[in-house]
Formats: sequence, C-alpha cells, structure tokens
Amino acid sequence: MNSDSLILLSRLQFALTAMYHWLFVPLTLGLGFIIAFMETKYYRTGDEFWKKMTKFWMKLFAINFAVGIATGIILEFQFGTNWSNYSWFVGDIFGAPLAIEGIFAFFMESTFFAVMYFGWEKVSKKAHLVSTWLTAIGTNLSAVWILIANSWMQYPQGMAFNPETARNEMVNFWDVVFSPVALNKILHTVTNAYVLASIVVIGVSAWFLLKHREQLLARKSIKVAGIFGVISLLLLVFSGDGSAYNVAKVQPMKLAAMEGLYDGEKGASLVAIGILNPEKEICEDPAVAEDPYLFKIAFPKALSFLATREMDGFVPGINDIIRGGYEFTDRDGNTYIEPSFEEKKAQGTLAVNALKDFQTAKAAGDEAGMAAAREVLEANFDYFGYHYIEEAEDLVPNVPVTFYAFHLMVAIGLFFFLTFGLFLWFERKDQLEGKRWLLYLGILSVPLAYICTECGWIVAEVGRQPWTIQNLLPVNASVSGVGAGNVLTTFILFAVLFTTMLVVELRIMFKQINKGA
Amino acid sequence: MNTLKKIWNFYYEGIRSMTLGKTLWALVLIKLFIMFVILRIFFFKPALADYETEEQKSEAVIEQLTK
Repeated sequence: MNSDSLILLSRLQFALTAMYHWLFVPLTLGLGFIIAFMETKYYRTGDEFWKKMTKFWMKLFAINFAVGIATGIILEFQFGTNWSNYSWFVGDIFGAPLAIEGIFAFFMESTFFAVMYFGWEKVSKKAHLVSTWLTAIGTNLSAVWILIANSWMQYPQGMAFNPETARNEMVNFWDVVFSPVALNKILHTVTNAYVLASIVVIGVSAWFLLKHREQLLARKSIKVAGIFGVISLLLLVFSGDGSAYNVAKVQPMKLAAMEGLYDGEKGASLVAIGILNPEKEICEDPAVAEDPYLFKIAFPKALSFLATREMDGFVPGINDIIRGGYEFTDRDGNTYIEPSFEEKKAQGTLAVNALKDFQTAKAAGDEAGMAAAREVLEANFDYFGYHYIEEAEDLVPNVPVTFYAFHLMVAIGLFFFLTFGLFLWFERKDQLEGKRWLLYLGILSVPLAYICTECGWIVAEVGRQPWTIQNLLPVNASVSGVGAGNVLTTFILFAVLFTTMLVVELRIMFKQINKGA
Repeated sequence: MNTLKKIWNFYYEGIRSMTLGKTLWALVLIKLFIMFVILRIFFFKPALADYETEEQKSEAVIEQLTK
C-alpha cells in the first residue's frame, strides 16, 4: 500500500472513531440539562411525579454516558500513532485545553455524577439538585475545551512557531480560548446537542403515547423537551449564521465547497436545494465550462449577505481561491489582494527551506544564519503548509460530500422547527394521543437528529481538507510513517468493537425504555 | 476521619445497591480493558516512542517536514 492509502486509512479511522464518539456526546450534553430542569421542578413543587420522571431520564443518561465514556480517548491514541508529525507540531497548544478537559471530566463529572445517582436518599434535596446541575455543566465544560482545541485547528491563533523544536507554542492562552471561531463553534455545537437530546426525549415519549403507556410522563417530557428544543434551535440558527460568516473569513474554500460555488460572484445566491453536476471540474475553460448544478433552487444574494454582511458582497468560488487576485477582507478587517495557489506555495516553500536552513545554521553554531532563517520563516509562516500541496486541485475538499452534508444538515434542522412546533401545539391542546402520524414523526425524528449532527461534523472536517491545521499543515505532512497495513488492522478492530458496543447500548437502552418509569 | 468514612460508605452502599449500574460498570471496565490494555499496548504505540529525548523527537519531525 502506498502513502495515499496510509493517509486515506488514517483519515477513515479517525473519522470512524470521531463519528462514533459523537453518537454519545450530544445526548449526554443535552439530556443533562433536561434532567436538571425536571429535578428543579421537583425541588420547587415537591411533586413526586417530577422525581419519577427525573429518575427515568437519568437512567437513560447513565446508559449513554457509560457506553460513550472514554471513546474519545482512542482519538488521542491515534494522534500519537497515526498523526505523529501533527501531534508534535501542535502539542503545546493542545496540552492546556486537553488537560483542563481531563480535569473537568474526571473530577467534576465523576464526583457529582456519583452524588446524582447514589445520593437521592443520602443528601438533601438541595444538594442533590446542585449535583445534577453541576453534572450537566461539567459535561458541557468538558466539551467546551475539546471544541476550543478543534477551533484552533480551523483558525490557528495565539501561538508562535519555534523552529528549534518544530512545535507551536502558546503565547496567548486567551486568544486560543476566546477566538471568534471557538466561541461560535462552542455555541453551535452545544445547542445542536440540546436539540438532539430534545428530539430523543420527544421520540421516546411519542413511543410511550403510541403504546398508551406512561402518558403523563410522556406529555410532561414533551413539554419540557419541546420548549428546551425550540430555544436551542433558535440559538442554533443564530450560531449557524455566525459559523458561516466565520467560515467565509477563515476557510473560504470550505464555504465554496459547502455551496458548490466554483466561480465567485457579487450578490451570490444561497442554494436551498440542489443537485451537483458530477461532470464539473475545477478551473475549466470558461468557454466550455459545465454548469455546477443539474438543478437548484436558490435564495438570491443570500450567500453574499451570509458571507460578507452585504447583499452585493463578493464571495470567492473554488476557482477564485486557486487563482487568487481578488480583494479579500479577513476576520480582523484587513483588506488585501488574495495570493494565488502558486504564490502561497512559493511562500510555503520559502518557510520550509528556512526551517531547514535554521537547523543547518544551528548545527554549525551560526547565530547570524539562525536569525536570518528565522526571519524568513516568520515572514512566510502563514502559508507553511502550502509547501506540501502538490497540485492546485489538492486544495479542494470533496465537494459533493461537503455540499450534500451541509444541505442535509440545514434541511433537517429547519424540519425540527416543525417537529417542535407541532408537538408543543398539540400538547397544549391536549390532543397528542390522537395524532398517531405526529407520534410516528417524533420517532422518525430521532435518527434524523443523529444524521443531522453527524452531517455537521462532516461539513466541518471534510470541508477543511486537505488541512489538519488550516494553511499550516496538510494531512500528507501530518501523518506518521507507520505501515498502512497496521492502520487497516486497527480500523477493522475499531469497526468491530464500536459496532458491538453500539448494539449493546441500544439493547440496554431499549430494554430500559420498555420497562418505563 | 469521620468524613472519609462517610464518603467511603456513600460510594460503597451506592455501588452495592446498584442494579442496572452493575451492568454498566461491567461494560465500562471491559471497554477500558480493551482500550488501555489491548489496543494501547499492542496496536497504538506512539510513532515517536523510539526516540528517547525531546530533542531527538523534534529532529525526527523536522527531518520529516523538511525532506
């Protein structure tokens, strides 16, 4: 197997692990708060029914937590084994957020989690409620630190590259933590998790209503989850708009792939529904260029507004980003003429050669040579990773995967407004039991919520290819020199392990749901 | 000492009275064993583990990045 196979298998393995991990995380993040709301109601009213409800959903929370726990650790194994260059290159930046995540995950979650489960009869009502809230907050804080680390890869900030060690070193912790990309990603990801958890609660409750069981629990749960879900969905749309704006500023190629936009334009329209033309290629001769879409329905000027906050703002397409030469305003408000791929590659090569020169000068004890090399490296470091990109087409992520994942995510997200709205409306009218079609819709929404959330990550991660760290390190320079056969073996092992664990979880979960409260 | 005993009893009695929790704990322990004992030791040796010092590791990565 060649290095392309190694890269592909390493990426597939990471994707499998991350997507599997993300099957469990969002339900934990959202259900924690839903349980906390229910217990707060119990605390305030003293109504034992709310306690019974809290305990039922807490049981499902525990199953999900137990199966999902530590699945993310495998990602860290893979950093060291399959992505050693990447891991070394970013090590100092990731150290702080991941260490804080570990502390939160271990101390905060596990301490209060135990009180939440064992403490019903042993601590006061107030202490128990506080523990439930702190468990919910702790799980969310754990996620925050991982999302900060991920955001840094999409928009590297607050660091300086040390040519002596070839590592990025954190120079401003707050720039990493409060990067605009991180803040928006955190809000978008956690609100997405809340929507998913709300849909799961509605789906399970709908099943109870269809079976004419646990009807009061189901109706009350639908009310709590419906309200929580709608509020979260509004925040999700708000942060989605912010995400698109950030992507336009820091990863314009990703935005172009999300929209299948090959040639940029002013007043660009936003595709609502579309089918891509499989014959379309990059940098075609304009005289014979294929239309990028076989079919589309689009909102005029909406993409320009989303990306630039102006109805007639210019949104660069894939070809523009490769050719350069257009005016671009970055996240910090600096306007400049975007360099072409060749110009960026030339700068990247200057940076990599300067790193080599620095090492040669260091070995010779040549201080002046080191200083000169460092200067060249710093001047060209922004495009360091372009040195490893061989062809312009290697800069383009998989357009169909990114495009369809993005549109499916948005479509399902908007569909959930209808789901929440209908459930809340008929719950208020006390007509839920008679609306069997709606109850089936609630159950169907559960797998859709998982598809939606996984699509979000596909857009984020496939859309930023070929980069592991935007503009600084592509996948082909990040991967370790391990055998592709080894990666294939572990890939198969994971597939078997994860499938088994998922089957086990679903069996336990369904059994507990079937038992009822 | 009294506080420590209370904490011990809290966890001890909590774990003893678990029903579903015992299945979940078994699941967690099996999973952690597979991950940390089997996968970590036999399949996920860090690629830079053969280098003893940080300097050797950085030299290896720089060689990879500048070749």
